[in-house]
Amino acid sequence: MTDLRTHAAEIAEQFSDHLDVSVDEVEERLDNLVNEYKVPVEEARRSVTNSYLDEAGLERDAIAGGAGGSQLVELADIAEDEQWVDLKVKVVDLWDPGHESIAQVGLVGDESGTMKFVAFQTSELETLEEGKVYSLQNVVTDEYEGNFSVKLNRTTTISELDEEIEVGDDNATVEGALVDIQSGSGLIKRCPEEDCTRVLQNGRCSEHGNVEGEFDLRIKGVLDDGTEVHEVIFNQEMTEELTGVTLDEAKQQAMDALDTTVVADEMRTMVLGRYYRVTGPTFGRYVLADEFEELSGPADAEAVLIKARSM
Amino acid sequence: MSQSVPSREVARRVFAEEFNDAGYTFKESDDERAPVYLLLPTGERANRVFVVGTLTEKEDVGEDSEYWRGRIVDPTGTFFVYAGQYQPEAASALRELDAPSYVAIVGKPRTFETDDGSINVSVRPESITEVNAATRDRWVVETAQRTLERIDSFDDEGNEYARMAKEQYDLPTDAYKQAAIGALESLDTETTDELASDAPEPEP
Repeated sequence: MTDLRTHAAEIAEQFSDHLDVSVDEVEERLDNLVNEYKVPVEEARRSVTNSYLDEAGLERDAIAGGAGGSQLVELADIAEDEQWVDLKVKVVDLWDPGHESIAQVGLVGDESGTMKFVAFQTSELETLEEGKVYSLQNVVTDEYEGNFSVKLNRTTTISELDEEIEVGDDNATVEGALVDIQSGSGLIKRCPEEDCTRVLQNGRCSEHGNVEGEFDLRIKGVLDDGTEVHEVIFNQEMTEELTGVTLDEAKQQAMDALDTTVVADEMRTMVLGRYYRVTGPTFGRYVLADEFEELSGPADAEAVLIKARSM
Repeated sequence: MSQSVPSREVARRVFAEEFNDAGYTFKESDDERAPVYLLLPTGERANRVFVVGTLTEKEDVGEDSEYWRGRIVDPTGTFFVYAGQYQPEAASALRELDAPSYVAIVGKPRTFETDDGSINVSVRPESITEVNAATRDRWVVETAQRTLERIDSFDDEGNEYARMAKEQYDLPTDAYKQAAIGALESLDTETTDELASDAPEPEP
């Protein structure tokens, strides 16, 4: 792309929600100003942008990423949909795109945390490599059910940086007594449809109806420290580690009893009333256990005694 | 806290001495299903409690159907726990457990007036599980800590439950501080001896 073409693409992208403007058309107007009338590029850009603002009946503020460009932000500060931002991030993970329109999808991170990113085929961008650090200018934020991601688009400038970023995690650590194991815990069945994995209720998936479910283990628990409650989810691996009961053993228990609920009942007697510390990413109101430990060491009575005597 | 989605009630930590001194319950809305709170004398509302102690006795006191009563002892006193047909899991846990053993109980405070007009406080369990000594010790330290925190903020302006406690009970919080200290001291004699030598007053 020539410089003018890049500017034209940016302007066209800004108005894509408001006007039917083609990149060619914008480029022609810029070219006219810059090459015919010798107007500096920035001024030409401003002028063309203004004329489209008039045409769309918009205020300058209504258009994101105006001539001044977008702001460099940290991922954790992203809290609004459809904001134009610049990022300095490391590519933490690349996932299988899963759809032909998607060029790349994965996780980028900076000191403040990580976030999903998507790049579309139509944007014709250079390919990002895992583990490398990039400056990404002009990306758009996106929100879905309270979770934010960033979309790369054809105006995005990608430049690889020769520096390292220490990617922060957005993990939470919670601790307390495990005071409840909620329904939907123990031996459960999930919908086998691709990308569904919903938990079946009486053999029914809320999306796909009656299906032959696949067994899984899970514990939805409540940690309570006497001041706050935190909901935590242990997946199959964590549940096996927590209870010492494997999926196969759980299936056997259920088969022997002709009842799947015995599994959760058995697990309750093993873990309720114990103290745990759980660390993992948060999802909505849940902490998804990545690691946990039972707090079974001697408690520090001394510190509390000192406080008590000083009161 | 959201008005539309009721959040789960925290399980308060309270020693038996303080729990048994509480007798005043209240609701914060006229809704029939609104949670009932027990007012703790150190100024907190409790719709749920978490207790770890020694099950010292259990007895089926039911007439027509099973109704289990358990005595759970902590360093300051005894909690009474009742579980019948509407708490099947807790009732069967009490039936199966041997006394003495360490147990953890999550439950709701309940009050009833006796024939002589005094009010007894008990726990209606949601769950009872057997635990080890380390868990019990951790509970004692944690409960002492939470109790001291409540006492610490008892005279704070705007502490509405403390104000309520002053009106309803008028009990000195110092007794509960002493109970917490005693409970902590009972945990580890070695630690206690060391600390006692630094204490301004000799131990009784």
